Order: sequence, then C-alpha cells, then structure tokens
Amino acid sequence: MTSLPARALRAGRLALAAGAAMFLATTVAQAQVAPPPGPTVEAIKKRGALNCGIDTGVPGFAFQDNKGVWHGIDIDYCRAIAAAVLGDPDKVKFTGTTAAARFTVLQAGEIDVLIRDSTLTFTRSTVLGLDEVAINFYAGQGFLVRKSIGVSKAADLQGATICVITGATLELNIADFARSTGAKIGTLLFDKPEEAIAAMEAGRCDGYTDDTGSLAGMRSTLKVPADWMVLPEAISKEPLGLHIRSGDARWQKIIFWLDNALKSAEEFGVTKANADQLKSSSKDPFILRLLGAEGDTGKALGLDEAWALRAIKVAGNYGEMYDTHFGPKALALPRGQNNLYTKGGLHYPLPIR
Amino acid sequence: MTRHPWFRALFGSKGNMIVTLLMIALFAWVVPGLVRWAFGHAVWEAANRAECIATDTGACWAFIKARFALFFYGTYPVDERWRVHLGLALLVVIGTGALFSHRRRGWWLLALMVLVPVADAILLAGGMLGLPAVPTERWGGLMLNLVISFVALAGAMPIGIALAFGRRSSWPVIRYGSIGLIEFWRGVPLLTVLFMGLVLLPLFLPNGVNVDNLVRALVVMTIFTGAYMAETIRGGLQGVPPGQAEAALALGMHGTQVQVLVVLPQALRLAIPGIINIAVDLFKDTSLVSIVGLFDLMGVVGQSVKDPAWTGLAAEGYVFAAVVFFFACLVISLGGSVLERHFSSAPKESKS
Repeated sequence: MTSLPARALRAGRLALAAGAAMFLATTVAQAQVAPPPGPTVEAIKKRGALNCGIDTGVPGFAFQDNKGVWHGIDIDYCRAIAAAVLGDPDKVKFTGTTAAARFTVLQAGEIDVLIRDSTLTFTRSTVLGLDEVAINFYAGQGFLVRKSIGVSKAADLQGATICVITGATLELNIADFARSTGAKIGTLLFDKPEEAIAAMEAGRCDGYTDDTGSLAGMRSTLKVPADWMVLPEAISKEPLGLHIRSGDARWQKIIFWLDNALKSAEEFGVTKANADQLKSSSKDPFILRLLGAEGDTGKALGLDEAWALRAIKVAGNYGEMYDTHFGPKALALPRGQNNLYTKGGLHYPLPIR
Repeated sequence: MTRHPWFRALFGSKGNMIVTLLMIALFAWVVPGLVRWAFGHAVWEAANRAECIATDTGACWAFIKARFALFFYGTYPVDERWRVHLGLALLVVIGTGALFSHRRRGWWLLALMVLVPVADAILLAGGMLGLPAVPTERWGGLMLNLVISFVALAGAMPIGIALAFGRRSSWPVIRYGSIGLIEFWRGVPLLTVLFMGLVLLPLFLPNGVNVDNLVRALVVMTIFTGAYMAETIRGGLQGVPPGQAEAALALGMHGTQVQVLVVLPQALRLAIPGIINIAVDLFKDTSLVSIVGLFDLMGVVGQSVKDPAWTGLAAEGYVFAAVVFFFACLVISLGGSVLERHFSSAPKESKS
C-alpha cells in the first residue's frame, strides 16, 4: 500500500507526462484541439448546399449564359467554397441580391456568404456587423467621358455633368472627390446602367462613372466607342470581396484561407490541370501542404485534407479564374492591381503552414 | 357637305387640322427609322453581339432567339418543361371553359380558382407523385410572372370578398378591422411590402425557419391585391339595388342566403371591369419581384444584357419584354370583355 503523498506524486508525474505529450501533440498537430467547424458549416452540411449571395447580373462577376448557367469570378468563388466544404462544386444555391437588399439578406441568414462585387468598407464592417473576409477583385471608381469635352484627367471635370447609378457608393465618392478638389461636378441620377448610358449617349451628361472594371466593358458597347475615353485615374478604392455575418470565426477562417489557397496556387504554379499530378509528384513542401499531401490544414479548419485541392480543381487558381472572365478572350481587362504581388499587383497570399 | 365623320374629326377645324398634320409629321419622322431598326436592318442569326454588329445596323434579335427559353422558363430544367406546358394548358382549358361555357359555370370557376392552383403547384414544384422536385429558385421568366399573377388573383378573390363584406358589417370589430386592413395594404407601396416580406421577415422568424422566397412574394402580392379587390367588390355591392335584398328576404331567404345567392353574384358582375383592371395591373406589377432577387421576365432580361456575349442590347431586351407584356395584358383584357358580355346575358338563362 503506497502512502498518500507518493500516490499524489505519481499522479502528478503522470499528469505532467500527459501534459507534455499533449503539448507535443498539439505543436505537431493542431488536430486534437481543433474545435468543430462552426455553426455555419454545420448548417451547410445539414442542408447539403451552400447558400451563396450573388449579383443579379454584372459582366465578369456574375451572369447567366444562354442556357441559364451562372458564370463569373464570384460564381467560381461560390463553387470553390462548396467544393471545399461539401466536396461538390454544384451544391450551391445562388441567390440573386440587389444592391439595396444584399446586406440585409446576409444578416438575416438567408445566405451563408455574400460574393457580389461589394466593396469592403468601414461602415459595412462596423455598423452593419459584417465580416469582410477576403478581396477577390481590386477595383476603383473611374470615369468614362466624351472625348470632345477635352478632359484628360479627373481633376479637370470642373463643370461637367456625370450620369450616376444610385444605391451604391458612387454618388458619395463623386461628392467626396469634388469636395477635396474644389471642383463642381454635376450628377444626374439613374436606377439602371442602361438608362444612364442611353442618357449619356443622348448628350444629357458628359460622362458616366462606375468601377473601372465595368467601364472598359461598357465603352465597347457604345455606338461609337472611339468618341469616348476612360480617364486614367480612379477616384476611389473599391476592394471588392467576400462578406459574411459576424459571429462565426470558424467560417471566417475557412473562407479567408480558401481565398489564400486559390491565390497561393497561382503563385506556386498549381493549376486546375496539374493539381492532381503535383499532389503526388511535387517536391515542394508548400505545394504538398496546400494540396493536402502533407500536414493537416484540413483538420485545423474542420474540413478534410483535400479541401484546397478540390477548390482549385473547380475553376483553377485565382489567375485562371481572372483569365476566364476578364482575360483577353473575355472582357480584355488588364490585370493591373489584380495581379499577384510578384508581378506588380496587390494580391499577396499569406503562407499556408 | 357630307364628309366622313373621321375626316371631320381629323380636319374639321383649324385646330384639329394642325394637330393632325403635326401627328402625321411626327409619325413620318419616327416610324420609318423604327421599322428600319426593328425589321429592315435587324439581325436574326448571330452567336453574340459582335457578330450582330458586324452583320447589320438594326436590332439584334438573335439575342432574343438565343435566350428565348430563359425568358420563358428561367432555369427550369429542360427535361421537366413539359410540366410547365401541361400546367399552362390546364389553365387555358379551364379558363376558356369558365369564360365560354353556359352550363355549370360555377363549377368551371371553382375549378379555375381551386383545382388549377393546386394541380399546377404540384405539377411545377414536384417532389411528389413521382415528379422530381424543382426548387423555386429555378423558376423564372414569363412563367414566374404568370404563376405570381394567377395565384395572387385567385387568392385575392376570397380575401377581397371577405373584406368587402367585412367593411359593410354592422359589427364594429369586423368593420373597423376590415377598414384597417384594407387601408393599410392600400396605403403602402407594393415595393415596400415586398422588401418587408423578403428582407425583414427572416429577421423576425426563429433561426432555421426558412420560408421560400417565392412563397413570401406570393403571400405579399395576394394580400396586397386582396385589399384592392375588396374595394372593387364593395363598389359592386353598393351597386346592387336594395330592392334585390329586400325581395329575397320577402321570399323567406335568410341573411346569408340573401348575400351569397342574390347580392354577391350581381355585385361580382358589376365589379368585373374593376377586377379585370386589377388583373392587368397585377400582371404588370409582378415584374417588381425582380427587384427582390426573383428572376421574372424583367429580371431575366435585365440579367441577360449583363452576359459579356450580349452586353449593350438593353433596347432589344426591353422592347421584347414590352411586347410580351402587351400581348399578355391584351389577352387578360379580351378575356375580361368576354366575361362581361357573358355575364350580362346570364340572368335570362340562369335556372332557378
């Protein structure tokens, strides 16, 4: 029969050993302490579909083809998330949202994630209680103007009238810009881009304002594109990206790292075509971790290890997505800020390790 | 001097002559260009807008052709579209029956108001009787406009009748309740109510309770239309001479019989023009649901011009939508006038 203190001592040692083992285990692998994937993922799995809020139609980001199938970079993101979480890119329910309703729909829980060319701003993050998780497109508000008014930069727009779409931040940006430069810029408000463009072509205003991405596409649809030019500078920063409801940190991490995985894939040359092959043949530990051949990034997120591999295989890496929807064969929009940081752009994927 | 009355109307006086000449000049100025755009230089075959522009200067109808199915069915699965056709056929056959039959008209109307909505709901939504389920987010295009307006109209009739009688009730609770309901729903813009239903309702519902978007729009449109219907029917009720009810009472009928068998049928007949007016209005109002994210015909058109292959063809899209809406409303109006004529001849033939 052992004395009480000795027993306590042994128990203490045992606990210590167990603690050390656990410490080791946790440093080697976070898996044992990883919390469950969070309420949003649980709801998605139970439902068997991701509810993705998208634009009701905007070139390059979200639009339907003749058969009614959705395309666009926002759509690709939705499908990539569905592939990572549910294992099937087709298990997405797309909900078209208008500018006025999008955030309420998200707050109300109708959608799990909003990927709708929406600018990430201070107000949306704080007042609206949303989490701005990732940026999938850097845009800025620019001007498309009639060449004959002889303006070469935005600061020269003194006295000009610009046709503007209501409901977004466009109006506010013009007012801010006018205030900061002391220029007087008249605005003519419209509900729909088509109406504004028609008014502009009819001469009711001297130009039109929108995200630079849309302007290039818009100019090509004008009756005489050569009469119009896109001014070189942007008067605002419009980082467009992914919003979720605040309150589910686990869900936020999944979306955040998924975005990083898509951009990292481009950085490391992992494409839709070679992803499977690289998973078995690559020597690069980063690629092996990304594709789930090594490490346990999946467990840490509450997913399985092939989450990023599946996401990449939906529509390719970020660069491939961009090329499909904005590249030379599509809207012909130069990558500019939307390139990787290694090529002079702003996308800087964080290391997955 | 005997001139044709038309001639007198157009050129009878100096004022008329000036107006007529001005109008002729306006037409001469506008119409040829329009015809050239819509027909003469129109392009019917092209894979995208660039091909259209390269071919000719007129309207690019190839756009409408390429998206025709989308405009009518939305993204309803191709293999299941026969269900849409069958549902429409059911509506047309029973609707025609209700319009033109002289016998058992009540049964036809009852079938139109009850059987058709139920049968079409099962047919379109599926998920039972071996029909694969088609989620409502895949319903779209003109089909959605028809579904919404028909359901709202069928649902608004009983609501309208109940509220109309309620407003004439001698019980203050019912009377003021009905007045409150009618005035509230008539006093708020439809768009506001749609937003309330689609956007704010989920905030009040317990978590996890999810009411289908389309169902919400349907409920809102139905109640909204019901409030207007109530006033139209109340107008009809007021138009029935009091002698009718008195005579029925004198014959020994009791209160409910008097209202249902004698007053209401006459009131409805008087209200037909107003009801048709509501139906036409309602059909056009259904396009408002595109603002809350449902893809009705207008929603699909608005979204179709965002496809990079076709951007910039808003004029073609909206002209097409206008033509479709015009003909649909024309059908409703014609149906209404048939109904009117039919019912005005009713008393002679109606059996005891």
